[in-house]
Amino acid sequence: MLTNKHQPLSHLDWLEAEAIHILREVAGQCSNPVLLFSGGKDSLCILRLAEKAFRPGRFPFPLMHIDTGHNYQEVIDFRDQRAAELGERLIVRSVEDSMKRGTVVLKTPDEPRNKHQSVTLLEAIEEFGFDCCIGGARRDEEKARAKERIMSFRDEFGQWDPKNQRPELWNLYNARSHKGENIRAFPISNWTEMDVWQYIERENLGLPSIYFAHNRDIIMRGGAMMPANIKLADGEVINIPKAGEEVINMQVRFRTVGDITCTAPVISDADNVSKIVLETATTTITERGATRLDDQTSDASMEQRKKEGYF
Amino acid sequence: MSNTTTKHNDSLLRFMTCGSVDDGKSTLIGRLLFDTKTILADTLTQISNTSKKRGMEAVDLSLLTDGLQAEREQGITIDVAYRYFSTGTRKYIIADAPGHEQYTRNMVTAASTANLAIILIDARRGVLTQTRRHSYLAHLVGIQHIVVAVNKMDLVNYDQAVYDKICADYQVFAEEIGLAQARDIRFIPMSALNGDMLVDRLDNMPWYSGETLLEMLEAAPAADEEQNAEFRFPVQFVCRPHASADADLHDFRGFMGRIESGDIAVGDAVTVLPNGYQSKVKAIQIGDAQLQSAQTEQSVTLLLEDEIDTSRGDMIVKTGSPIQPVKQIEAFVCWLSETPMSTARTYVIRHTTRESKAKVAAISYKVDVNTLEQQATAELKMNDIARISFKLAQPLMVDSYTQNRAIGAFIVIDESTNNTVGAGMIV
Repeated sequence: MLTNKHQPLSHLDWLEAEAIHILREVAGQCSNPVLLFSGGKDSLCILRLAEKAFRPGRFPFPLMHIDTGHNYQEVIDFRDQRAAELGERLIVRSVEDSMKRGTVVLKTPDEPRNKHQSVTLLEAIEEFGFDCCIGGARRDEEKARAKERIMSFRDEFGQWDPKNQRPELWNLYNARSHKGENIRAFPISNWTEMDVWQYIERENLGLPSIYFAHNRDIIMRGGAMMPANIKLADGEVINIPKAGEEVINMQVRFRTVGDITCTAPVISDADNVSKIVLETATTTITERGATRLDDQTSDASMEQRKKEGYF
Repeated sequence: MSNTTTKHNDSLLRFMTCGSVDDGKSTLIGRLLFDTKTILADTLTQISNTSKKRGMEAVDLSLLTDGLQAEREQGITIDVAYRYFSTGTRKYIIADAPGHEQYTRNMVTAASTANLAIILIDARRGVLTQTRRHSYLAHLVGIQHIVVAVNKMDLVNYDQAVYDKICADYQVFAEEIGLAQARDIRFIPMSALNGDMLVDRLDNMPWYSGETLLEMLEAAPAADEEQNAEFRFPVQFVCRPHASADADLHDFRGFMGRIESGDIAVGDAVTVLPNGYQSKVKAIQIGDAQLQSAQTEQSVTLLLEDEIDTSRGDMIVKTGSPIQPVKQIEAFVCWLSETPMSTARTYVIRHTTRESKAKVAAISYKVDVNTLEQQATAELKMNDIARISFKLAQPLMVDSYTQNRAIGAFIVIDESTNNTVGAGMIV
């Protein structure tokens, strides 16, 4: 077959072009979208993609963070700084407000709050009337995500029904929804953890300091390493060692940034992005496997949370 | 483009696998992920525990691709799953589609983004009805490269005669349906279970001197590499920062979109359809970067010399390119919804970034995906494929699907549910 030979795009250029296309489809099809932004590495990539998609204009959506109240102060500071640099509007809604309203009830005071974000998120969606939430989830993160659509439909209760998803063909995305329903859009669905780090390196993106190797007091709890004695923004100290728990000072970094009580660090001396790229290439543990205790409850815990409205 | 020549100067291949559980499709994918060291230790521990729980001796690599709870319970794959691996020189996206007849719609979905299909054949069973179905669908959806993988060679004593016969049978059939003439077809004997001819050659089939599966994948062109269609730029979004604090931007008018085909350079004469306004390309941008030219699959912002009223859904093409707005189209449609297509109803067709209301004008025939026979029909049910003509309320700018996949494809949306109910390929 006779064809014009093009130099193919590099995989990062291709992934970037796809993500920009998805962001612009959200902007073109939805009337009131919002970009979920936590200050974590995946959402920082999406901010850069949004700059490439919409500058010199403003983003056609605000940023929103659903704060569990159990976040590292460095990450919260970084989140605020980045939003200010971009000059974009940042909405923060907190799980603690949902707890005060009585819509989130914890089983125990130190229960991880990640899954309760779903409630606060749905409340915020209703408050602002958002018809689409853009998120940084990736299909390689977890096997329930491998079948997620790029534009994923959620019903009035925010539920994901894996057996009843819209077929998604070519790059023709269907982001339509009726009032009260919602679309979750995932522009970096096709990225792996490695792609994210390579993109951060190429684009020279800044990150919260906890992604890089640093010394920290660690306790072993439930078979995982837990950061000890973390002071929250409101002054409360959590992850206080219990009797019999040994505290060890180690050089660690975080591969994901989530609720402090369920996000474990890994031992690492990677103190810059290129060392992290190298470490990611040679690691033997999956990103969430080592570090996300909330995914280890059962084989299907992510799927269960998604059905309940988690992104 | 300046930032393409980084050290990750590689490319990306999207491919699909066609076959049923019995053909060893999940094992094949598991083996590719395993042998390219994509499977990390904790995942391996997890599946080896599950394998033991189910009373198996060896680690069952097919467990790697079981995604959803219902699938694990039933031991089948229901939905298309996407998997990723990288060889260091190339990144791969696998669309893993279930192969049963009732999942024709999933195969079409997986095929829509693939540039290569691996069609699995069980060496003990040879070319079957499902092989014909998979090949026809891969052909219909325009996959350029077909790898016919004759799997389970270990169960036929790695016998070359068995392999040769299957290849010959397939060749005859591929010529019958026009696949052999139009596409690049390759054959390979393998055992996904043992790993023969996937990543490693091993020494069970010294009579086969062709490429291993991974070598074929590494050599296959990416979709953007071999595309040979005219420049098509559907406008997704118009950037007009007229209220910006920066006065220089008050007249800025950027047309944002993805180059679906062809290439464009600063200075090129362009026409905006459907209105036919003409202008020239003043600038091409990705973020802050100014480009002199851009190519297929890049998402860019185009600035034109003249102030032209253009909005989402318009298409920018090179002046003189043979494409015209049409209000009637003829297409092969795969029906995706459990609710049959109604010829009485009005649907929405989404084509590129444009939508139009549409009504069925006529159903020419339905294709039996197993026998490829054409049958008269008055209705279309889920998984049916038919040749249909539609009347459109709004004009669309179309190319034929065989000429240009992106500009020849559309989806059908049911406005009452907003569901995507059909997939169309314009004749």
